[in-house]
Amino acid sequence: MSADKNENTAGEPVETVDPVAVAEPAEATGPDGTEDLVGSAAAADAVAAASTERSAAAKKVTEILSHVEPKVGVAKPDVILTATGVQRRFGGMTAVDVDHLEVQRGAITALIGPNGAGKTTFFNLLTGFDKANQGTWEFEGRPIAHTSAAKLARTGMVRTFQLTKALSRLTVLQNMLLAAPGNPGENLFGSLFRPLWSGVEKRNTAKAMEILARFNLDQKKDDFAGSLSGGQRKLLEMARALMTEPTMIMLDEPMAGVNPALVQSLLHHVQALRDEGMTVLFVEHDMHAVRHISDWVVVMAEGRIVAEGPPDSVMQDQAVVDAYLGAHHDTDLGDDALLDPAVLARLEAEEEKR
Amino acid sequence: MDELIRILIQALAQLVAPATAAYALAAIGLNLHFGYTGLLNIGQAGFMLMGAYGFAIATIEGAPFWLAFLIAAAAGALLALVLGIPTLKLRGDYLAIVTISAAEIIRFAGRSTLWAEYTGGASGLAGTAYKGTFQDLSPLPDGRTAIGPLEYIHNGSDSWWTRIFAWSLVLIAVLLVWLITRSPWGRVLKGIREDEDAVRALGKNVFSYKMQALVLGGIAGSLAGMLFVLPISVAPDNMGRTLTFFVWTVMLLGGAATLWGPVLGSMLFFFVYMLLRTGMRTGLSDIMPAENVEHLAGLMVGVALMCIVIFRPQGILGNKKELAFDVR
Amino acid sequence: MKADRPIASPARRALAVVVAVLAALTASAAMLAAPAAASGADVATDCTPDGTTACVSPIVLDNNNDPVPGIEVTITGNDFEAVVTSTDGPVSVAVPTVGRYTLTVDPATVPDGMSTDVPERQVVAQTGSTARGAFRIVQGSAPAENGSTTAPSETGTGGEDAEDSGIGDEGTTENASGWPEFSQVWQQFGSGIRFGLLLALASVGLSLIYGTTGISTFSHGEQVTLGALLGFISVNWWGLPVWAAVLATIVICAATGWFQDVVLWGPLRRRGTPVMQLMIVTIGLSMSLQYVIQMFIGGRSQRVLPQNARPVEIAGITLSAASWLSMLVALAVIGVIAWFLTQTRIGRATRAVSDNAALAAATGINPDRIVRIVWTMSTGLAGLSGMLLAISFGSFTWTLGMILLLLMFASVTLGGMGTAFGALAGSIVIGLVVEMSTLIPGMPSSLRYASGLLILILVLLIRPQGLLGRAVRVG
Repeated sequence: MSADKNENTAGEPVETVDPVAVAEPAEATGPDGTEDLVGSAAAADAVAAASTERSAAAKKVTEILSHVEPKVGVAKPDVILTATGVQRRFGGMTAVDVDHLEVQRGAITALIGPNGAGKTTFFNLLTGFDKANQGTWEFEGRPIAHTSAAKLARTGMVRTFQLTKALSRLTVLQNMLLAAPGNPGENLFGSLFRPLWSGVEKRNTAKAMEILARFNLDQKKDDFAGSLSGGQRKLLEMARALMTEPTMIMLDEPMAGVNPALVQSLLHHVQALRDEGMTVLFVEHDMHAVRHISDWVVVMAEGRIVAEGPPDSVMQDQAVVDAYLGAHHDTDLGDDALLDPAVLARLEAEEEKR
Repeated sequence: MDELIRILIQALAQLVAPATAAYALAAIGLNLHFGYTGLLNIGQAGFMLMGAYGFAIATIEGAPFWLAFLIAAAAGALLALVLGIPTLKLRGDYLAIVTISAAEIIRFAGRSTLWAEYTGGASGLAGTAYKGTFQDLSPLPDGRTAIGPLEYIHNGSDSWWTRIFAWSLVLIAVLLVWLITRSPWGRVLKGIREDEDAVRALGKNVFSYKMQALVLGGIAGSLAGMLFVLPISVAPDNMGRTLTFFVWTVMLLGGAATLWGPVLGSMLFFFVYMLLRTGMRTGLSDIMPAENVEHLAGLMVGVALMCIVIFRPQGILGNKKELAFDVR
Repeated sequence: MKADRPIASPARRALAVVVAVLAALTASAAMLAAPAAASGADVATDCTPDGTTACVSPIVLDNNNDPVPGIEVTITGNDFEAVVTSTDGPVSVAVPTVGRYTLTVDPATVPDGMSTDVPERQVVAQTGSTARGAFRIVQGSAPAENGSTTAPSETGTGGEDAEDSGIGDEGTTENASGWPEFSQVWQQFGSGIRFGLLLALASVGLSLIYGTTGISTFSHGEQVTLGALLGFISVNWWGLPVWAAVLATIVICAATGWFQDVVLWGPLRRRGTPVMQLMIVTIGLSMSLQYVIQMFIGGRSQRVLPQNARPVEIAGITLSAASWLSMLVALAVIGVIAWFLTQTRIGRATRAVSDNAALAAATGINPDRIVRIVWTMSTGLAGLSGMLLAISFGSFTWTLGMILLLLMFASVTLGGMGTAFGALAGSIVIGLVVEMSTLIPGMPSSLRYASGLLILILVLLIRPQGLLGRAVRVG
């Protein structure tokens, strides 16, 4: 955490305005047809925001980003991750084609876009799980274009998966301990001599229990991870990621397939990560979740970044609306976004106008 | 009645036979591959052949016993490296395809005329050519000892010394496997078995761990090959695909990812297998030629393997909850 | 897994067109194998060496190195004795144990005024090879100059190191120690195409099974051997004409696949058994089938067609008539497969399931039914492949499928796992490489299969998704 830059911007006159409130006047002037979308969404958010006490860290980040111009490829004041000219082609199709993207340190950045927009592919490229055809990217100022996934994770960028990868036949605690870095017992020769690693193991166990308690999983520590519910697995995956002591955590659809009752708790956990100083980048379909917790939203469509900005302003961007709904109603019915009542309301409204 | 007792004693003898120990050790290696790491090695016989040739040829060329022993181990490790490098970064079945192919090719190479000077070609290497250093190692005085119904000479091919050595090696292997699998290292292996992408995302060098497991299991396999040929001779045709499949059956019967599964599996398997074969040979001698009894027994092993995998994938010792297979 | 998706569709389409054209050209060819006039060979004199069989072969030649028929040779040794009569072709006897044998010519059967160069020869029989003792019939009674102990090998029955390859070696030329001439290369090219085509029949099925179920099935090799076995049984035991035997083989083999899907794969699929587990089940099945096959033919090598091969030369390539016909049949069948996969509803559905089973199911295709068709079809094709291979190569043993499995995997990996046309292209390449590699000086013919493994490893290192495969996304 480079606090200096934060200090700088924080020293400037502070407008303690909630982003949702800022969004309010903009709506009236929004392009035709977007009122319903943003309007009802904002209403929903207002309720949610009222129920959630915004932390100091959240306010600070919001403030910093409010000075950043919401346009594609914009420079951010305190960058942790930069991607430049990243392309990934599958045969004739270009799945990802990102000119420039900067991710602000200490913020929650959401990566959204319709199905097939290349979000997960982009995610895989950033985390070393796929190889780009061209492009460079840097994490904490170091080039990482040719760094393996494992090494990236060791330098502090850890990811989760859309389809949870809880290690089923390991217990919850074993899942956690596996993630702890630098255990001398994970060396083949070190493993033979218990005294070499028993101390580290004890410390890791204490730390793991602490994190598990936070995620309400401490009672399950001896259960096989495979016996957990879908939501609990998501929590476990997040908890496990924390064991690696990351500076940046990448969540691939953390809300997908989670029992609605758990969503709120998951959101709190994601916010808590940011409040502890971690940077979060997450891919999500659920617009409610995005609006509720993200500080910055990056929108992808057809492999490109079509818009970025604070959540409220991005929602009114014509490019985003087009990307999601199609300019002429050629809507992708497979998209979860359509389950969002706001989107459905807008569609209905448009239908009535015909 | 005498007949029955004879058959029983024969089966009992299998419990301590050197070949049973060799299978147990090969299955321990395979267990490290498949049970703990999820690597599908369908060419354990190839590793065993490497060990058998490595030991026999080194001894014939004049190496002392322990040097030949190390060469046998190194031969297995080398094969693991050669097969692992192209496959361990890819989907699991590629390792299976490459190992099953390599095992066959090694057998072909062994029996080909090209290196017949060293390998003895198709007829292999006679046991007397390489057993000397091993038998000289025996601390036992010459003589015979009977324990219960089992009576063997002290020194020689089919001797107590061979048995003591083989089973000691198995016990050492079990101890080592226990040490490494209870450790954080073993936990990483199990994690890879469950989902290697997840483990990679947590910062572990998955390729390196898989390679370590493949090499260790390969060394166990090659030493098992050495045990396999110590009491008999090196005959490439005895160490083909069927050997691999038997090792698989042994491991799955005992229970994959269990410490004692391979040992128990091997003893039980050969006890029953011998009982079955001698029993059928006696019982069916009027209906069936002895050759076909062997085939029938082999067929039953194949069916048994299928049944174990389908109905009791965790084997005898496996935890019912901790099924020995990928549950994704 | 990581590189680009290649230009798969155009390549596939082009390949399909080529195949279809070839098929159209050959579709009219009759499958009837002309029964040769040669009399049925004595069962006892067609030994092919394998892992458990050692052969002894007396060879009687005249001064022009042409075989002399009608000479009786006694083989004795190791409590074994047999008398064989030389013919125009090779005569080979299986001996019960390895060891030294003595071959003695019966002077009474030598034509008047002639004699043999030596009255007897000693040979050492080894499993997996044929020990040959050559006699030369010369004018007069004086022994000629030192006769060679091994016969000149233009008979082409495999070298000294005839191996446990599971298939006879007819049609492979013996490599001398020098580099080959063009005619040899051309001949091996022809053999390679033959092998590739027959291999393709089996590997296309393997590829389809992988594509639709995700299983790399290890029992596919035994399905091939089963085809050879059924060919042998239907011709020699049931006395069916060859065309009927081919049909019977296909039908019975396909029935085994259908049956397996009904009692084994189908229920396991419904239980949601993981693929890795299913692959181990195929190992068990492979082992079971292998022993069933051994129950019928033991370790012996068998000929599907009892008569000797009739060589036919086309465009400078000499192959047996049966081989040429087999190639025609293979081409026709491949044409039908191409038509099936590209033109019929079920075929297109098969490819759809192969691409994305869930999506295919969502569009109203019943993947279960497709998978059953694929199992049935693949095992039928494997059976046909096995029978044609056994016919083309002269003989087979129970190990036939073991070697082929290796080569099938190499072909399928080369072409790209799960792409049927990739498997076809891969098979041709593997067939060519395997046959042409025997031209390398000093290379024992048994090691030609090693080239398959070599290709496999190279492909995995360089382009693991195969020539026509595509990369997949993680997560």
